[in-house]
Amino acid sequence: MDVIITGLLLGGTYALIAMGLNLQYGMARIMNLANGEMLVAGAFAAFWFWTGGQISPLLTVFLVAPAAFLLNWLVYVVFLRPLVRRARSRGQLEVDSILTTFGLSFVAVGLMLALFGGDYFSYSYLSVPVHIFSSTYGANRIAAFAAAVVICGALWLWLNRSRAGMTIRAIAVAPDSARLVGIDVMRMAAFAFALGGAVTATGGALISTFLTLDASTGGLFTLKALVIVIMGGVGDVRGTVVAALLLGLLETFVATVIDPGLTLAAAYLVFIIVLLVRPQGLFGRSTS
Amino acid sequence: MNLTATDWRNLTLSALALMLAAGLPWMIGPYGLTIGVTIAMYTVLATSWALFSGPTHYISLATAAFFGVGAYVTGLGIDALPYWLLLPLAGLAGAVMAALIGLTTLKLSGVYFVIFTLGLAEFIRQLITWGQNISGTKGIYVLTSITEKHIYWQLMALAALVWLLGWLIARSRLGFALRIIGDDEQVARHSGINTARAKILLFMLPGAVAAIAGAIMAPRYVYLEPALAFTPMLSFQVVIMALLGGTGRLWGPLVGVIPFTFLWEAISISFPNQTTLLLGVCFLVIVYLLPKGFVGLIDMVRRRLQRAEGWS
Repeated sequence: MDVIITGLLLGGTYALIAMGLNLQYGMARIMNLANGEMLVAGAFAAFWFWTGGQISPLLTVFLVAPAAFLLNWLVYVVFLRPLVRRARSRGQLEVDSILTTFGLSFVAVGLMLALFGGDYFSYSYLSVPVHIFSSTYGANRIAAFAAAVVICGALWLWLNRSRAGMTIRAIAVAPDSARLVGIDVMRMAAFAFALGGAVTATGGALISTFLTLDASTGGLFTLKALVIVIMGGVGDVRGTVVAALLLGLLETFVATVIDPGLTLAAAYLVFIIVLLVRPQGLFGRSTS
Repeated sequence: MNLTATDWRNLTLSALALMLAAGLPWMIGPYGLTIGVTIAMYTVLATSWALFSGPTHYISLATAAFFGVGAYVTGLGIDALPYWLLLPLAGLAGAVMAALIGLTTLKLSGVYFVIFTLGLAEFIRQLITWGQNISGTKGIYVLTSITEKHIYWQLMALAALVWLLGWLIARSRLGFALRIIGDDEQVARHSGINTARAKILLFMLPGAVAAIAGAIMAPRYVYLEPALAFTPMLSFQVVIMALLGGTGRLWGPLVGVIPFTFLWEAISISFPNQTTLLLGVCFLVIVYLLPKGFVGLIDMVRRRLQRAEGWS
């Protein structure tokens, strides 16, 4: 029971992070390998506001999200749009965008190292015990989970019920046909990319309340988010949530029952199995 | 095989260049030799990397995984087996590993391959670290009588072998098939090429070579640790150097390796904390300014010159 609840709480925050990457890869068609650094930047911002002015991370989110949105929009317009324009094929864009976002990720790590140093950082926020089913959990984990549920729910509603959401889903399915029916694909892709970055940074701010991070942990989260996105299916919100919860459960299970040193190895093993058995994702239909 | 006059000229020139490079340890000091070993190592790794990734456009980030496995073959086997047996053993381990990776991922889209290979070194590193924690050992001592000079010559020989193989592959059916795959995989499949098999076969080459390079380099480290042998930085540097030089020609990666090694050396000495930043900037420079590497730049300049001559 203990393991299940801790796992679900962790998985909820993973869902938020993976959702950001899924918006970027599934909708904007950019495999953003600098996604993890956006998460660390969000976490740094939350840390900074808390230690500097005792501002609650749950409030900082409202500052982090728009700032990350703007930053990612700029990144898309400045760095990625030229690549989209110049790419002759999907494969070409894939290679270019992987190299670029890798470069951006290293630049971001380098900048954060220069600004904040290489130390681990953590702070104590809402670390009061909460009792559920006669076991205790940190209130910060529960708060982060609740925020993740709200944000994922809002995103799902927006994508499935609103006109803008439908437009974004349209470019995810068929960018060429979307252009024919009068959708400004370039603008919507930039929007989806920026939104994805904002969601990831929010996830970072939330996760910083209970995890210890340093300037170079971003890559680890990128890898986890990728495993989740591929497991859940590219562009599939429902699949992402389920896959994130599964990964959270798996990691907690491996860490408590087998050995904490094997959590990443377990995540990777799942990734291999998913690639072999269901490369289209949990709920995806197989494509040719 | 028919060799033209140009082929003979290129072969002779390559042999001369190789002999000159092999004589370097007598001409340069110990510090020079250290850099020489680094250059030789990256030449081997980047050239073999480009043999696969150049034509197929699949970016492999598994170099560190193969390299680390090779280093551990030497580390674990040095007390039990003669050294000269360890190198082919490491190569075999690398080739088998590459074949397994190829079988599982090369049928999938390029992006999955990149991510899979990115995580691989990390995965193996975690397993070995975990294994060491369980068994209570920390690192492995690799104590041999092999000196820096020997390492340099071994790497040189390996580089020569890689070039020879690359040259032969480019003239073989496999090389032809790979160029078609690189241009358009759909076309390749329709014209009856077994794309998966061709890619797996060629992927085994950099795998084996990187593992052998790791096995050769192991005595230099003296003390082997997972974090050292499987450092992801190695994979990234190999990609950067190969792309910086250009993957279109056999000698392309070498043109990237030499300036990058000196630049990296200078940066790590004067700004040790900014290496990550520099690596990132290099990635961006390649994508936006040198998409075809130095080779592409040289070709462009040569074409301009020829055109200028034609006008005059």
